[in-house]
Amino acid sequence: MAQSSQATGGLVSIPALLQRNAQKFADKPAFRQKEFGIWQTWTWKDVQREVDNFALGLINLGVNEGDFVAIIGSNRPQLYWSMVAAQSVGAVPVPLYQDSAAEEMAYVLDHCGARFIIVEDQEQVDKVIEVQDRLHQFEHMIYLDPRGLRKYDHSRLHEFSHVQEQGHAARDEFTPELEKRRAKLDMSSTCVMLYTSGTTGKPKGVVLSNRNIIESAHNSSDFDKLGPDEEILAYLPMAWVGDFIFSVGQAYWAGFCVNCPESPETMVTDLREIGPTYYFAPPRVFETQLTNVMIRMEDASRMKKWLFDTFMAHARKVGPAILDGKPVGFMDRMKYKLGDLFVYGPLKNTLGFSRVRIGYTAGEAIGPEIFDFYRSLGINLKQLYGQTEATVFITMQPDGEVRSDTVGVPAPGVELKIGDNGEVYYRSPGVFEYYYKNPESTADTKDPEGWVATGDAGFIEEGSGHLRIIDRAKDVGKMADGSLFAPKYVENKLKFYPNILEAVVFGNGRDRCMAFINIDLSAVGNWAERNNIAYSSYQELAGHPKVLAQVQAHVEEVNRSIADDPMLSGCQIHRFLILHKELDADDGEMTRTRKVRRRIVEDKFHDLITALYDGSDKISTRTEVTYEDGRKGYISATLEIRDAKVQPVTTQKMAAE
Amino acid sequence: MNQMSTEGYTTADGRKIGGVMMEMKNITLRFGGVKAITDISFDIREGEIRAIIGPNGAGKSSMLNVISGFYVPQEGEVWFRGAKRPPMKPYQVAQQGIARTFQNIALFEGMSVLDNVMTGRLTHMKSGMLEQAIWKGKAEKEEVENREVVEKIIDFLEIQAIRKTPVARLPYGLKKRVELARALAAEPKLLLLDEPMAGMNVEEKEDMSRFILDVNDEFGTTIALIEHDMGVVMDLSDRVVVMDYGKKIGDGTPDEVRSNQAVIDAYLGVAHD
Repeated sequence: MAQSSQATGGLVSIPALLQRNAQKFADKPAFRQKEFGIWQTWTWKDVQREVDNFALGLINLGVNEGDFVAIIGSNRPQLYWSMVAAQSVGAVPVPLYQDSAAEEMAYVLDHCGARFIIVEDQEQVDKVIEVQDRLHQFEHMIYLDPRGLRKYDHSRLHEFSHVQEQGHAARDEFTPELEKRRAKLDMSSTCVMLYTSGTTGKPKGVVLSNRNIIESAHNSSDFDKLGPDEEILAYLPMAWVGDFIFSVGQAYWAGFCVNCPESPETMVTDLREIGPTYYFAPPRVFETQLTNVMIRMEDASRMKKWLFDTFMAHARKVGPAILDGKPVGFMDRMKYKLGDLFVYGPLKNTLGFSRVRIGYTAGEAIGPEIFDFYRSLGINLKQLYGQTEATVFITMQPDGEVRSDTVGVPAPGVELKIGDNGEVYYRSPGVFEYYYKNPESTADTKDPEGWVATGDAGFIEEGSGHLRIIDRAKDVGKMADGSLFAPKYVENKLKFYPNILEAVVFGNGRDRCMAFINIDLSAVGNWAERNNIAYSSYQELAGHPKVLAQVQAHVEEVNRSIADDPMLSGCQIHRFLILHKELDADDGEMTRTRKVRRRIVEDKFHDLITALYDGSDKISTRTEVTYEDGRKGYISATLEIRDAKVQPVTTQKMAAE
Repeated sequence: MNQMSTEGYTTADGRKIGGVMMEMKNITLRFGGVKAITDISFDIREGEIRAIIGPNGAGKSSMLNVISGFYVPQEGEVWFRGAKRPPMKPYQVAQQGIARTFQNIALFEGMSVLDNVMTGRLTHMKSGMLEQAIWKGKAEKEEVENREVVEKIIDFLEIQAIRKTPVARLPYGLKKRVELARALAAEPKLLLLDEPMAGMNVEEKEDMSRFILDVNDEFGTTIALIEHDMGVVMDLSDRVVVMDYGKKIGDGTPDEVRSNQAVIDAYLGVAHD
């Protein structure tokens, strides 16, 4: 305890960091949000005033120490302040995913027993009201945007600015109380509780202490030399641990500026206007952006296309080497400079990456072509590996050691070990305290010595010391003949094709592997448009014979590449089909962070799996779908099943055993 | 409902409806020998949402055009805020505080959403052409003020993401919303909506309904709308006028209209013996 507060200079809580920043960086921008078409700025001093007023308002409303305060909404400065204000009065902020349906919210709100709920707008107010009968501890709700709420019963509803005003008015009365509570916070007090989206079962509340957050922020800021001049765009869900670390932990530690988009739809424009220096996005975002660039280049004039192709080829050749500071010939350097002038610079500007000093991606494997594309443009895109239970950071890639197939070396302060079954374990200052109201799961995940199971299978590469992840440990299985089955490995290879958005591979305990495919509607749709193929829906395009033929070619190519891997050659795909609907979080087929829930997909589409294995070439099916507002409907379809060519397996299958 | 006092009434959800804002007295409109509207009278009250419904060709759009000053009726009187309105040009009507949207979208396709909505501020701009051209003093100040009003509307209707997009590139549902934005930019007392939900899917209709209610609620704007979707009309409006073949066959709250036998016969088409 004493040691850690020394390491962080006596800064033992986020509110303490805020007070330091308000003095040290007083008039530097801390938050920006675009409102009414103009970027509004709050300095650190402003933020301290806003947070204090709101904290006083919370005391005025009766928030006690140890209370849980739920926060629901998109990235708004006021919601970030709410979290720090809640911490200041000794309460625990619990951010929730704002796109969850009322049902999902009810579980979390009830589980943590939130007495106070701070929401963005009418949409969230309505959801809470819908389920409030089941929330026994719920008392007051505070909203930011009063629109449409005038006629609501205001006995338990309060407007954010009013709470602040009342807090400010009562400052003489409550300031001593606020200071007393703030002084009590230390490294071991709870900083935040985050619910993991949970690929299986109910969400679990991960309790993170100030030590977890501050030490992780401190270590990772040092690792990448983050300073007070960074700019980030806060656009990922506030309920996700990454956003909490980037937009609260690191931002308060390093004192940099957090920019909030005007609305979720304006994110691309806002990104370009802000030009962040430090940027995180899941692989999917990078994929989508690359797909969009390629689609637009297809439609560009011949001159532009020639310029793009020529200089991109050069960038792929020397770009990564230049970025890593390796020796590159003079002529190549000059040509790269020229390319920067004509192609890379304008392209980076369009994407909003002109100023990116450090970019991270994580959560899923990223395609090597996609990864190299961004790096060759001179964008320092790196990978990290982490989870909520570790306060994000387990491994990170240091500058100059960046590769698409590893996730980097252990982050500062992290120890790694590989279990007997290949599962990765870690121990670090970021290791979570416990799962809220769930000692069994806590004991299952974290052993008495502090080692935490990641649930992922992987190995540490000889020589470089980098960690490589193969798959989820529980998804790694055996085929009927005993060879290794690693579905994610195959799925990722499939997903690297721009035409394929999602793939689910089956084969555990079976003799052959089969696959479900989701096509990427924007990529395939554009191809269809250029080839005069008319379609009216995802379903129709997915069933088009030419689309099937394309996907078949991809699957066969993947089979060829898998056949080269002695350990995984048994995972070649024998038969596949293209699903008639996109896998969706509203239907429970994916998590809110867009990871496939394998068991649920298996369950829901068991008729399709049966058809894949029994050799039929067509299958009719009917699937329930949930619309965004919670209503349900059905779609029916007849799906064609195709056989894919597989390579004869040359090496012995028993390599895995 | 016809025996309402002049002070207005209170709706079921607690909104205060004021006195008569606009009154149509015995309006008859002819095109040559064709009678589009025959002897229709009704009123629109401050703060209410008033719907005009009827089968195709019933004369609904003509009625709206009479209100907006586009058509001048051969017989009858239009009273606005306690005064009889002389025949007026549509721009004069607009200056009185009446704005409208069109059944077939009438936006400037080549201009951005922002510029389109700014045109709605035209009646509020006082500076001359010369001032506008040299961009000094009043013109500059006016532009900033008007932009602020427009930005609030853009925020209100959640069209920030398309602020700079040319209207021609927008899908139908969004164009309708931009048109509503332009009408709102005039800060009207009375807003006329000609089939605001025609051709929309369920989700777009829900969004538009929400916006109409919010406009009425937040800005206190009186709204007269024509709509075909019965569900929408019955949910949104405080009172409904029903027209058929140019004549008024019903007038009252949605419930009264729904149980009016003449309306059922003419419009809703429910069988009875």
